[in-house]
Amino acid sequence: MKELRLMKGNEAIAEAAIRCGADGYFGYPITPQSEVLEYLMAERPYEKTGMVVLQAESEVAAINMVYGGAACGKKVLTSSSSPGISLKQEGISYIAGAELPCVIVNVVRGGPGLGTIQPSQSDYFQAVKGGGHGDYRLIVLAPASVQEMADFVKLGFDLAFKYRNPAMILTDGVIGQMMEKVELFESQPRLTKEEILKQTPWATVGKTPDRERNIVTSLILDSAIQEQHVNKLRDKYIEIEKNEVRYEKIQCDDAEYLFVAFGSSARICQKAVDMGRAKGIKVGLLRPITLFPFPKQVLFELADQVKGILDVEMNLGQMVEDVRLAVNGKVKVEHYGRYGGMIPSPDEVLLALENQIIGGK
Amino acid sequence: MSENITKESIIKEENCVYKRTNLLVDKALSYCPGCGHGTAHRLLMEVLEEMNIQSETIGIAPVGCAVLAYEFLDIDMQQAAHGRAPAVATAVKRLMPEKFVFTYQGDGDLAAIGTAETIHACNRGENITIIFINNGIYGMTGGQMAPTTLPGMKSSTSPYGREVETMGNPLKMTELVAQLPGTYYVTRQSVHTPGNVRKAKKALRKAMENQKLNKGLSFVEIVSNCNSGWKMTPVQSNKWMEENMFPFYPLGDIKVPVE
Amino acid sequence: MTEEIIIAGFGGQGVLSMGKILAYSGVMQNKEVSWMPSYGPEMRGGTANVTVIVSDERISSPVVNSFDTAIILNQQSMDKFEGNVKPGGLLVYDGNGITKHPTRKDINIYRVDANDEASKRGMLKVFNMIILGGFLKLKPIVAPEFIHKGLEKSLPKRHHGLIPDNEKAIDIGKEIIYPVNLLN
Repeated sequence: MKELRLMKGNEAIAEAAIRCGADGYFGYPITPQSEVLEYLMAERPYEKTGMVVLQAESEVAAINMVYGGAACGKKVLTSSSSPGISLKQEGISYIAGAELPCVIVNVVRGGPGLGTIQPSQSDYFQAVKGGGHGDYRLIVLAPASVQEMADFVKLGFDLAFKYRNPAMILTDGVIGQMMEKVELFESQPRLTKEEILKQTPWATVGKTPDRERNIVTSLILDSAIQEQHVNKLRDKYIEIEKNEVRYEKIQCDDAEYLFVAFGSSARICQKAVDMGRAKGIKVGLLRPITLFPFPKQVLFELADQVKGILDVEMNLGQMVEDVRLAVNGKVKVEHYGRYGGMIPSPDEVLLALENQIIGGK
Repeated sequence: MSENITKESIIKEENCVYKRTNLLVDKALSYCPGCGHGTAHRLLMEVLEEMNIQSETIGIAPVGCAVLAYEFLDIDMQQAAHGRAPAVATAVKRLMPEKFVFTYQGDGDLAAIGTAETIHACNRGENITIIFINNGIYGMTGGQMAPTTLPGMKSSTSPYGREVETMGNPLKMTELVAQLPGTYYVTRQSVHTPGNVRKAKKALRKAMENQKLNKGLSFVEIVSNCNSGWKMTPVQSNKWMEENMFPFYPLGDIKVPVE
Repeated sequence: MTEEIIIAGFGGQGVLSMGKILAYSGVMQNKEVSWMPSYGPEMRGGTANVTVIVSDERISSPVVNSFDTAIILNQQSMDKFEGNVKPGGLLVYDGNGITKHPTRKDINIYRVDANDEASKRGMLKVFNMIILGGFLKLKPIVAPEFIHKGLEKSLPKRHHGLIPDNEKAIDIGKEIIYPVNLLN
């Protein structure tokens, strides 16, 4: 029985966490994502499912709580917004190095620095290219609706556990703060101790006589072994790129021009597509749903079909680098961006397509 | 007569007065000879063995000399980022309240970079044990000044001695956390003489037992030597510790549970 | 049908909750809705606004910069949003505190003096519902029975006793709204 509700994106994250049987949430307030912790504290899941909810002393502490919980095989998550996510980067690097599954939500606000609390997509590089130190990748999901906010918590955990890799939900203040209809998936129980032992035999749950001790660490002092470890990570990332690419093609079949946009920008471009089509411009939209792995192949193919591509992001131009790598010079790729908390309007985006791509040389 | 005494004639079950705990992995410790870490490791593992809680215990290793503690302790362990062990332990205990959870941290880890995590875990009264090895120096990185380095004490980053006017005062973390309502048992011990070893073990046992009572955090500081970092022989370093460290960091219970 | 609405006024005037009730009512009537607020410190005493879209189709962008309807509750919002009403669109405003009245000739403009009416009747708590009533008279995008259900859904249970007052306020709004500028 699916349940229909009107809720904020941030609330959907929290509700989905409870429903997918999360064991713990650890967070610290920061605008525009504080509703996640507020919702959880109001819902008191610790009395219903036994899920632990804790307001940590800092984002640093929160991500390390996630490390501790994930190392016990538990389903744990944290959420924050850009400055807080920067603080978490050390912990995220450790989590990636120790190959721990978890979900990290970044409801992005404009930066750099303390910046603004208004929506932005300026943490694309940080999410997709690393963020913390060392050679690692996050699985990055970019929801474009409140519905996807809920669904991607579940998907994020599934992928995180499948690959023993942290998954990030990269969203922004638009999706976090707005309310839309959500069809909530059915609640699933938290895993039992036995199920955890089966799913994550490497977890630190107490050494029993039947096995060697389990150690969760990202420290490998021997360079040769560290290199092997990084090779293993690389193979995993290749596997993820092979299996987990997700995207949405909107009106691409006959498209002569293409928008590429993720998250809230994709919603804005979707309207621009409708407006463009009404004016007789054959324009489509490719919406990457996974930012890592990036939908390279479909872009490479679409580049043969369209005359030009406009990448639209709420930043100075970050994903556009990946778009250009995928297109590999086959067709013109331009970037249109608003930033600092400014949100482009659909007509503004359509105008940019007309000026930069259609009219442009 | 002496030709009748052989190794084999001595090593016999009936002559055994002391046995190495099974919970220490059979591996040479990475610590410098003379360092207190080895003894602290042993005592902790003896306590777990005597309490029969190997299968219920999760330990959190720090960054610093004890970063590799998991190489030597035969229990499930996690290695935490620098200073974050109390946050890591908080989650482990909250998610598995039936388990025994301890952190094992040095002074740089616990009293400098991890000050916030230490104080907040103590203040929340997390039902865990924090073991704090204080030798007044950063051993692992090569003898730099620690938050607990004594006034006037030399280190590689205070080569003319710690000047409190410019480098600040040593931090008495243990006295500090004893003030917090969340701590249940706070004590300072050492492991440099047989008598002190016995007392330290009792303190560790009490600290682990306390987790069954669910009354808050137990905090055990062990003032230790760092003969390498202090550039002394082990014997000299123990003497120096008695003469200089103990007056500033006096041994004994600081907060004991009131029944 | 797609109706893109901006509701704007001071924080504390019930701007966000008015939008919420409208959005919930739309959900009850099985419509697609989005509710996109301004957020942050400007909500605390400053201006607050919310974009509500109610539609029979999937909503593409929750962010728009031109509106079918603007519901304006203070001068700052009038200054900011009068120009963003689509030609032929609707502007509804409360005259209280408005010093520079709207001047556009290419849109329908209605005034509903909800603040005065609410003070007169001792109904300040449901002042925003008087405004909403005025709007619904002009654009009945959701039916009254679904407004009732929307109120039930969006108000916490302990405030359900206030639902009759809210509905009365909607009726008052329908009575007292009057045109200022009408297109032919």
